[in-house]
Amino acid sequence: MAYIPLEEHLPGITGLLEYSRETAEPIRELTQILMRGPSTLSEGERELIATVVSSGNGCVFCTTAHTAAANTYYNDPSICEMAKKDIDSTPLSEKIKALLHVARLVGMGGKQVSTEAIDRAKEHGATDLEIHDTVLIAALFCLYNRYVDGLATHLPPDASYYQELAGRLNKNGYVRIPEAYEQLKQKKTKPNS
Amino acid sequence: MAHISVSPEIPGIRSLALFRPETGKPLYALAQVLLRGPSTLTAAERELIAAYVSSLNRCRFCTDSHAAAARSLFGNEGQLVSEVLEDIETAKISSKMRTLLRIAEKVQQSGKAVAPQDIELAREEGATDRELHDTVLIAATFCMFNRYVDGLATWTPTDPKMYEGMGERLAVKGYVLNKNS
Repeated sequence: MAYIPLEEHLPGITGLLEYSRETAEPIRELTQILMRGPSTLSEGERELIATVVSSGNGCVFCTTAHTAAANTYYNDPSICEMAKKDIDSTPLSEKIKALLHVARLVGMGGKQVSTEAIDRAKEHGATDLEIHDTVLIAALFCLYNRYVDGLATHLPPDASYYQELAGRLNKNGYVRIPEAYEQLKQKKTKPNS
Repeated sequence: MAHISVSPEIPGIRSLALFRPETGKPLYALAQVLLRGPSTLTAAERELIAAYVSSLNRCRFCTDSHAAAARSLFGNEGQLVSEVLEDIETAKISSKMRTLLRIAEKVQQSGKAVAPQDIELAREEGATDRELHDTVLIAATFCMFNRYVDGLATWTPTDPKMYEGMGERLAVKGYVLNKNS
């Protein structure tokens, strides 16, 4: 059970964003710009960054949700699994591999990001903006992971939740969709429907 | 030198917010609502949590600027800030604040480090759901800001006077994104 009273039908981050709508608004806006805004990084690549950082932080809700989201962009789910375990073993571009390493270092601490890690990304063509966005996405997920686990939010009762969430994140991004939450509530109250 | 081409004469988070204003805007809006919005924790107490977490993350820019803001907001009790940065167990703060800072410290380590017992102790000292929420979110938010500022190796001034000036501005104006402020 979560440490503070959250709506039972909203697992993980979703319950927190509804609990505190004033703080949720800039967090959602930031996430939408970074993850779905115009960028030379694909939406799938940005989801991989979120997944790798969440996995490094051991946050089950965020890791599972963003793995599912990343898999809506990559047809082969083994890519995301490999990225979480061994970045360099993935068939991804050298640029995104270097950026995933930067993200992983950000997860450990801002000061862990070495000039060598940045240089490797630049050598493989990463722009300043791509490096900026990688670091900020990684830092943002360090916020999310701590928010979600620090208040002991609950996991969804079944795994199909993540598939539906991933579909919504792919289609609608990170903006608040009240109807989606209502649907969840109805499902919860009418288990047979 | 910073890892990306930000204005070299502008320090810390501000150089990043000017580099990418689209993300700077919600970042400043988040700081404003969390640290200055309606709350039963004072702005000074919230700045103290921010400064403490930043010091645990060894982010000098964030530690010194938020410590300066907290000192300015605490006024006559400004020495509390150095006491907290030295040792929260001996600092002359309320028992409730001490339990909240312990929770912030756990959040800095990892979200999963926060134990039911940490929450219980804070509740026994009168912490409310909302205060627990805000403490965790402030701590988590500064784990983001600290990583953003240091992960891109932004300029960290060493002149204490610069931080005093920043602290005064943050205390009076809050988190406004303006080139001249």
